[in-house]
Amino acid sequence: MGRLSKYLEIGSSPHVTDGASTDVIMRNVFFALLPVTVFAVYAFGAGAALVIVVATVSCVLTEHWLCRWTRKPSTVGDWSVAITGLLYGLTLPPDLPLWMVFMGGVFGVAVAKFLFGGLGMNAFNPALVARAFLQAAFPQAMTHWQAPFAEGRFEHIPSSVLAMPFWEPTYDAVTMATPLALMKFEAQFAGGRELMAGLTSGSVGETCGVLILLGGIYLVARNMMNWRIPASNFATVAAVTWVFQLYDPATYPGPVFMLFSGGLMLGAVFMATDMVASPITNAGCWLYGVLIGVLVVVIRFWGGMPEGVMYAILLANAVSPHIDNLIQPRVFGTGRGAG
Amino acid sequence: MLERLRKNTFRHGVHPPEMKDDTAELAIRQFPFAPVLIVPLSQHLGKPAKPVVREGQEVIRGQTIAEPDGFMSVAMHAPASGIVRRIMLAPGIAGTKVESIYIEPYPGSTQEINDGEPCTLEATPDEIITAIQDAGIVGLGGAAFPTHVKLKPPEGKRLDTLFINGVECEPYLTTDYRVMLEQTADVFMGIRYLLRATGTSEAIIAIEANKQDAAQKFLDTCPDDLPVEVRVSPVKYPQGAEKMIFSALLGREVPSGGLPADINAICCNVATTAEIGRLLPRGRGIQERVITIAGPGVEKKGNYRIPIGTPVRFALEQCAPVDDISRVFMGGPMMGPTVSNLDIPITKGTSGITAFTTAETGGSTGRKKVYPCIHCARCVEACPMFLNPSQLGILAKNEEYERMAESWHLMDCFECGACAYVCPSHIPLVQYFRMAKKMVRKRSAA
Repeated sequence: MGRLSKYLEIGSSPHVTDGASTDVIMRNVFFALLPVTVFAVYAFGAGAALVIVVATVSCVLTEHWLCRWTRKPSTVGDWSVAITGLLYGLTLPPDLPLWMVFMGGVFGVAVAKFLFGGLGMNAFNPALVARAFLQAAFPQAMTHWQAPFAEGRFEHIPSSVLAMPFWEPTYDAVTMATPLALMKFEAQFAGGRELMAGLTSGSVGETCGVLILLGGIYLVARNMMNWRIPASNFATVAAVTWVFQLYDPATYPGPVFMLFSGGLMLGAVFMATDMVASPITNAGCWLYGVLIGVLVVVIRFWGGMPEGVMYAILLANAVSPHIDNLIQPRVFGTGRGAG
Repeated sequence: MLERLRKNTFRHGVHPPEMKDDTAELAIRQFPFAPVLIVPLSQHLGKPAKPVVREGQEVIRGQTIAEPDGFMSVAMHAPASGIVRRIMLAPGIAGTKVESIYIEPYPGSTQEINDGEPCTLEATPDEIITAIQDAGIVGLGGAAFPTHVKLKPPEGKRLDTLFINGVECEPYLTTDYRVMLEQTADVFMGIRYLLRATGTSEAIIAIEANKQDAAQKFLDTCPDDLPVEVRVSPVKYPQGAEKMIFSALLGREVPSGGLPADINAICCNVATTAEIGRLLPRGRGIQERVITIAGPGVEKKGNYRIPIGTPVRFALEQCAPVDDISRVFMGGPMMGPTVSNLDIPITKGTSGITAFTTAETGGSTGRKKVYPCIHCARCVEACPMFLNPSQLGILAKNEEYERMAESWHLMDCFECGACAYVCPSHIPLVQYFRMAKKMVRKRSAA
């Protein structure tokens, strides 16, 4: 008969968990982005590959350095900064000078994530803050679009990518206007099939809507993403657009164009769903998705720039804590919400 | 609401693995007497009982050794024939010391018990309620709330629905299941007493779908004159919490800070009901109870009728503990408090002992890493009280206890553990909330 002589450990109930882990969730989001990443390199070539790698490395290194500098254990092992870096890279133009990519990554992680307190505390999506910083600092470079599937794209690195820091980059890649620019300035609407398959120009990872959706479906199936945010966002964009198209089909494009052009797919599926910067209740997420949808349409149709997803999500990030103040679950036995 | 009633279940909740297969088919067996039995005078919520025996006195199994001290108190009975060695402080599960009666059973002490003054079904409701108090009956599901107190609703409240809780949603535990199968007649007898004591006209037995044969047994053997309905709910944790049973089967929510009597309902654990049906006709008191001893940390798992006061160490040693046993807790893994001292006794509220090895707990090196809250909302989707555990956890970390209680309904949390079970960041939410509640109570008392 066994004797109980050894020390027993103590700990709070529950003594079991369902096995989910934050680093596993983060890693899965990273993996869900890989098909999009592979397609981006295939479509835009060596320059895009460098942009993505430098974006990811700059973000990861920044977090690692800052942790070391402040004498905290490095948090890069939770994979969240890797997502930030990869997403940030996927939102950039394919022939952006690498020194700008690097600067944006450092800015985004240092200011939007680290200064706010790291994982779980960031009010804004750090990848989008990094991109917004570049958009404000280098508006020309950020609106220079390389044509996809160019000849020799795997052997030739565009000279602008390797430009010296703070020197005017020289562009040698073939350019092509984005579908949204064509809509805005020429009133030409690209076809749905062309947009979904990623045959247009644009940011590195935003062109192939189908692959982005597949990544999102994978995450939803594994209960790692709140599907209500993209769903309400898509529904809102489609509904508002449809009303305007009915009113004036020559000026306003249709819902399919709006959903699959520009950064809407990538933003709605992978950035608006950043758990930290979005509301916590399902009802709040519906509202948040609707808000982003309305802002996207407003900025695209009447704003000065052709694209509005980035600012729409950042604005919604700012509103998200207020949505949480407004909408809380109705506490059992009270008929009222908490908070 | 109608939809939910048809589904017989509550909103939110989690699905931990049931882990009941090891012991579900094992019949209840009598447990031997330990060399010393420690009977705490406070095994229930409320006032401790008053001892009526002296040190050195001889007691007979089943004899009353402590009497209730006021209405919020119940009697204690000798779990074995033997000698009262000491009446002194003994360690309890909460880490505090409680006044306890140490009884040394005679070698070869018999399992026989002498019957006392019976309480029949002809007795008045008040007589039944007193008999239940004198029998030392408390909620055997784990809360150990004195049963007779529940049966007497506050002035002006009327009870209309009696629920018998046979849900047993904690993983590993199979005591209620065995009691339902083996003591079906006792349960029906207990229901007769409860119906008469509360003035309710019908009893609803709540069972989860993983115990279909117990439900069938009730349906097959129910006496024709007994108004009993059996309701089977889908398996979900914490279905066995009485608030969840009322909401699932009655569509009524107990108001925040209120009592089941506020919605005219009463819920009684099925093992408690069986004890009432078994003890009252013979005039006996609780001196033993059925517990499950299970988990990977013991080899001889089973359901045992064990004397109250048996030290956990003795109980485990009879069940062949494995070498790398590393964590032992009372009850199941979702709510069970850890045993920090193996010399604490099994009390009326102990529904089981579960033992984990280092494989389940990770040992001292494999402990799960705690990440910051990422607002994934899994806890919000799990909480059966519709609280916001994420927000509560953040406030607890900042020690904003008053705000947790005033604005975020901390006191409505009943520590079911669903939030911490699903938390991917492994934040010890229940521990935070328990601590916060303690601080709130301390500060409001000061």
